[in-house]
Amino acid sequence: MMVDLNVVIAGAAGEGVQTVGEVLARAIAGHGYAVFAWQEFESRIRGGQNSYSIRISEKPANAPAMRADILLALNDGAAMKYGRLIQTDGILIAGKKSRDRMIPMAFGDIAQKELGNKIYANTVAIGALAAAIGMNLEVLQAVLAQKFGAKGDSVVAANLVAAEKGYLLAQEGCRGVCPWRLPQRDTRYQLVSGAEALAMAAALAGCRFVAAYPMSPATDIISFLAENQQELEVFTEQAEDEISAVNMAIGAGFAGARAMTVTSGGGFALMVEALSLAGMIETPLVIVLGQRPGPATGLPTRTAQGELLFAVHAGHGEFPKLVLAPADLKDIFRQTVRAFNLADRYQIPAIVLTDQFLLDSLFSVEDIRLEQYAPEFHLADPSVIDDYHRYRVTESGISPRLYPGQSLHLVTADSDEHDSRGHITEDVTETVPTMVEKRLAKHRALKAAIRPPEEVDVAEAERILVGWGSSRPALLEALDRLHKNGIRAGMMHFTEMWPLPAYRFPEGKTYWSVENNATGQLARLLRSEYGIAFAGQVHRYDGLPVTGAYIVEALKW
Amino acid sequence: MVKIDDYKNDVPSQWCPGCPNFGILNALKTALTALGKRPHECCLVSGIGQAAKLPHYLKCNFFNGLHGRALPAALGIHVANPRLTTIVVTGEGDCYGEGGNHFLHALRRNPDITLVVHNNGFYALTKGQASPTTPVGEKRSLAVHGVEIAPLNMLAIAIVQDCTFVARGFAGDGDHLKSLLVEAIGHPGLSVVEVIQPCITWGTHPLSWYRERVYTLGDAYDPADRKAALEKTMETGEGIAAGILFRAAPRKPFAGRFRNEITDRPFAELKPVSPEKMAGFLSGLRKGYTPKAPRTAGSSDGP
Repeated sequence: MMVDLNVVIAGAAGEGVQTVGEVLARAIAGHGYAVFAWQEFESRIRGGQNSYSIRISEKPANAPAMRADILLALNDGAAMKYGRLIQTDGILIAGKKSRDRMIPMAFGDIAQKELGNKIYANTVAIGALAAAIGMNLEVLQAVLAQKFGAKGDSVVAANLVAAEKGYLLAQEGCRGVCPWRLPQRDTRYQLVSGAEALAMAAALAGCRFVAAYPMSPATDIISFLAENQQELEVFTEQAEDEISAVNMAIGAGFAGARAMTVTSGGGFALMVEALSLAGMIETPLVIVLGQRPGPATGLPTRTAQGELLFAVHAGHGEFPKLVLAPADLKDIFRQTVRAFNLADRYQIPAIVLTDQFLLDSLFSVEDIRLEQYAPEFHLADPSVIDDYHRYRVTESGISPRLYPGQSLHLVTADSDEHDSRGHITEDVTETVPTMVEKRLAKHRALKAAIRPPEEVDVAEAERILVGWGSSRPALLEALDRLHKNGIRAGMMHFTEMWPLPAYRFPEGKTYWSVENNATGQLARLLRSEYGIAFAGQVHRYDGLPVTGAYIVEALKW
Repeated sequence: MVKIDDYKNDVPSQWCPGCPNFGILNALKTALTALGKRPHECCLVSGIGQAAKLPHYLKCNFFNGLHGRALPAALGIHVANPRLTTIVVTGEGDCYGEGGNHFLHALRRNPDITLVVHNNGFYALTKGQASPTTPVGEKRSLAVHGVEIAPLNMLAIAIVQDCTFVARGFAGDGDHLKSLLVEAIGHPGLSVVEVIQPCITWGTHPLSWYRERVYTLGDAYDPADRKAALEKTMETGEGIAAGILFRAAPRKPFAGRFRNEITDRPFAELKPVSPEKMAGFLSGLRKGYTPKAPRTAGSSDGP
């Protein structure tokens, strides 16, 4: 029997939900299991009720399950709010006895009694959880020792004792109600969050300059780069606003650096004028747009796929741009490096369209072969150029790009319509239409480089689920469930959103769009581009990610 | 040897004939020549407005970006290639109005950039609306009853915010302006040079009105005296002081730590992080997550 165990830790903001979750995730990974950790939380520093879900399996599931075999509640309110997640055979670990199948443990009282300090309550709770899932105490203790090592021996020792107390007490309570066992395995998965992966992918792509204004869920990307500035040689700057951030990135790009900014929908809205500038002055730019529910401030800490049409249509005037939406953790590496490469090759702005779910979740991966995500640079060689025109008209629309100071050649940029040397022009008879056509020629070349959607079981299935971006694992899980129910369904999944690829939808199928938004933005985009009709749509717009179970339930097939 | 003609180009000007902007353009060319800077070593950055067109009229690298956004673009350029002499040329509407927030934060950052703000007291390109420096009471096309909101005194703000080089020049005195620009460009950190640039088309006063009022600060004036400098920026009488209003020992420059500790080379010259190094970084990411090393690397089979 394959392990598919779901543990949910719930508590108020500031109560340590995330710390408990991370320590446990580390310990389970250290046990040889794949961990997928997913958080949902309120936009506040203290209070509220948040949850940290850990899905444990032998092979990476990397998708949320939204159910609890074990719920660890750090307060009574959390037990109430998240109790509905507990499965029939599941248990609750909490302070107060509130149901039959549970282990009542007052973590604070135990910590106070055994260690003389309530501060160790959470470590008692971690120990209890470790006992309930049947893992080795020593592995947990090794992780705790590592985590608290910097705080000194006495703190480490107290945490080890606290974990042991929790473990032993829970072992007693577990008799007859905890069937789970996690024997140690040799496999080791790397735990990486989406935000960390994106930051590393940018560095791998040769990104040197990142400016951003803090905005959930994108902040973790620039934070990670700032923390690892020395090693990754990336300059990071917290801008005064998103307008400044994107203009800084464009300036750096003009000066030859691979540059990026990261934001969410509201910040992206402020960047849109500059997006058009990057299009006009043909300067490579990468914008990471981490979606969260809108409109306006919306739900700052939750997830959505609500900016597809906004991203695709963003910017005044007509200019080529690229929109890529990574499907999962590995795809973050692929599409981020690709965004930098294509932005450089076509001298255009590129948007990496991702979301809170993908950025904030912790994934288990093996064998990320980084050498397959290689940066490709397209700066011209000044020594072979005689008379340099930054915007020389060429068949492909791509002009030789140099950077200022690289050589004696002078490099220019003008947000006004300009001639081949980058100077303002009002020559509407010749220069203006020529430059418009030159820029749009790049759109056609770019379109030819875009990959078709991924197809799974499309040939043999009649009903095709069509999705995009981070919902891929959920779609695959839905297919799996449908197949088990005897339903033949296929999946078509898009990660290259704009330009859309030249592609022919197979005939004789019915198409169903699955999206983390309320209006079916992908369906609208595909309808207008390919004339394809949809038989139905699955929408989720409550701030939570779509899951396999959610899709199957919504389809009612 | 750099000659002023090295900066000459043949781009037709969109400025009005006789515009004092030509005086600023000439002063800048003369200053760059005097400093021995060659055109490819300089990058001029501007936003939108008549002043922002200046980079088109001399031969050099330039970035004529969005309205109000010259400073952030210049920051990016300066950080990405610190070898360039980066100069922002902007008007008061561009810099103090649309881009006011960037000006404030540029003062905090102190990048080694020279900021030249043409101040004519209203929006000339869009036919005479009030700007952030239009005096109260002056009638302007969108202020038909006279401007009712107070003008900004950005030079005073620059001094209060520890900008270590704050000067005021006059477009009608090219030699003096040139000497200010030479000092400003040579000064480490952010240098702010506001230039009184009377508009001969939409202006309230003729050029002669300014000539009568602008006076040059003499040797008796001590630009190290912050209080005196603030007083100069707040003078409301008949005279308008021109010269270096405030000068202090350079502060830590923007991105200085990065350059000292990581790299001072143009970013375009750096080799990307190798996949091997990144793989090592990745596997070291959660040290302690794996208390026991795997016996069979890459195997995902359970026991």
